[in-house]
Amino acid sequence: MSRAEVKFQIRDLNVHYGKAHALKSLSIDIYSNEILSIIGPSNSGKTSFLRSLNRLNDIEPNCRMTGAVLLDGKDIYRGISPEDLRKRVGMIFALPIPLPRSVYDNVAYGPRMAGIRNRKTLDVLVEESLTAAYLWDEVKDRLRSSALKLSGGQQQRLCIARSLALKPEVILFDEPCSGLDPISTGKVEESMMELQKNHTLVLVTNNTKQAARVGTRTAFFLMGELVEIDSTEKMFTAPIDGRTQDYIAGRFG
Amino acid sequence: MINEGTKEKVGFGILFLAAVLVVIPVLLIIWLIVSRGWSALSIEFLFTMPRDGMRAGGILPAIIGTFYLVMASIAFSLPIGVMAAIYLSEYARDNLVTRTINLAIINLAGVSSVVYGLFGLSLFVIFLRFGTSIISGALTLGIMTLPVIITTTREALRAVPKSYREVSLSLGATKWQTIRNSVLPPALPGILTGTVLSIGRVAGETAPILFTVAASYLPNLPRSPFDQAMALPYHLYIIATQIPGIREDYQYGTALVLVGLVLVINITAVIIRSRYRRRK
Repeated sequence: MSRAEVKFQIRDLNVHYGKAHALKSLSIDIYSNEILSIIGPSNSGKTSFLRSLNRLNDIEPNCRMTGAVLLDGKDIYRGISPEDLRKRVGMIFALPIPLPRSVYDNVAYGPRMAGIRNRKTLDVLVEESLTAAYLWDEVKDRLRSSALKLSGGQQQRLCIARSLALKPEVILFDEPCSGLDPISTGKVEESMMELQKNHTLVLVTNNTKQAARVGTRTAFFLMGELVEIDSTEKMFTAPIDGRTQDYIAGRFG
Repeated sequence: MINEGTKEKVGFGILFLAAVLVVIPVLLIIWLIVSRGWSALSIEFLFTMPRDGMRAGGILPAIIGTFYLVMASIAFSLPIGVMAAIYLSEYARDNLVTRTINLAIINLAGVSSVVYGLFGLSLFVIFLRFGTSIISGALTLGIMTLPVIITTTREALRAVPKSYREVSLSLGATKWQTIRNSVLPPALPGILTGTVLSIGRVAGETAPILFTVAASYLPNLPRSPFDQAMALPYHLYIIATQIPGIREDYQYGTALVLVGLVLVINITAVIIRSRYRRRK
């Protein structure tokens, strides 16, 4: 595969929660416009890794970390505020979490917090974002009704739209389909493939088949360590490490 | 030997009786004051000044006094209590200072109301020279309700799912924006519940106002926060114990008005709460 420009450079990253050593000297490059899938059994550090990319680990009082995370060559833990970082690096959580407000207000939340008050600008942003998340047609007539009334699949696409409204460069997906049925999962995956054109995506998933379907490259984490990373095709046909092979074949995890 | 089925029935029966027992005093109190006080209620009783050494006329000054005290003490304790709760729940880390503050709140809740009265007397009335006045009484009552407001607000904030905070932060909001826009709104009904509880307590307390604000009789309504005032619970005490030969329905009527006033304020809070819930 072509060596595209590096979006995220992670160097020797260690994350501790209290006494638990969640990530062990991890080094990884994430390229622009790829979908990097991260697979691995639970407690392998996948989510900790994701949360160190948008500094969401900062809110855990007992979390310590060492090492460097560079976004476009700049250390995200120095010289950039967490707020500005999170506008560039969006996140989709495992369960769809619409805030208890209207569909419109959910999507406009990020831009409003960033200080955008102009009605027309917000209208345009909301429509664009919902369209990009394949949700506009389903909700355009009920933008003012509560987001809690949407179905689970629609809620997750709403969360994607909500992230997109900030025009992020990177989007982190933390097991985004774990609560969804196969059809909704298909729609979320479809929008991910579309988003790849203009964004860098990192997908943590417990579903190896999902990684195989959408990932440009796939990384296998085990016990806080990176076991192997390669193109998805290679990982699923000829992995080098025996543990990767076992996990993909469903022999543990 | 009693079989397990019988034991179960007996046990269930005892638990049910205990639950019913809770309701009985409430019903008795309401029946007592309504049946004996209802006949005293009239336009004159509610809206005029007392006459004939409080044996006739109305209880307007006591109603107004209690209303002022409730409003002023809540205006003082609600903002301070909510701000303290936000700090403790959202910002404070678990350290010696936080634990000391928590201990202080628990102790504040355990202090008896007569001690609050004495405290208000020495701090507000004498040391700060507010005199025996509405402001002294309201501040004393406000401090007394702080633990309730802080505790209920903190519980309401803790009940807001952590995921709301994470979502808001992940969308580039600052911590304060997150609290204001995503944590406080869902916590508001719980905060109002704490406020309602405090209002009931403020309106009914006698000991703290005895030292700081209450007069047994005033010929005029209070004109400024630094005036003395009459108040319903103290008025009730006075007419029940200090004025021989007063009509019994005047005493129970006063109690009925006190309970009714708290009820009206509480219903208002409940309406605000349900309006707020419907809006989202």
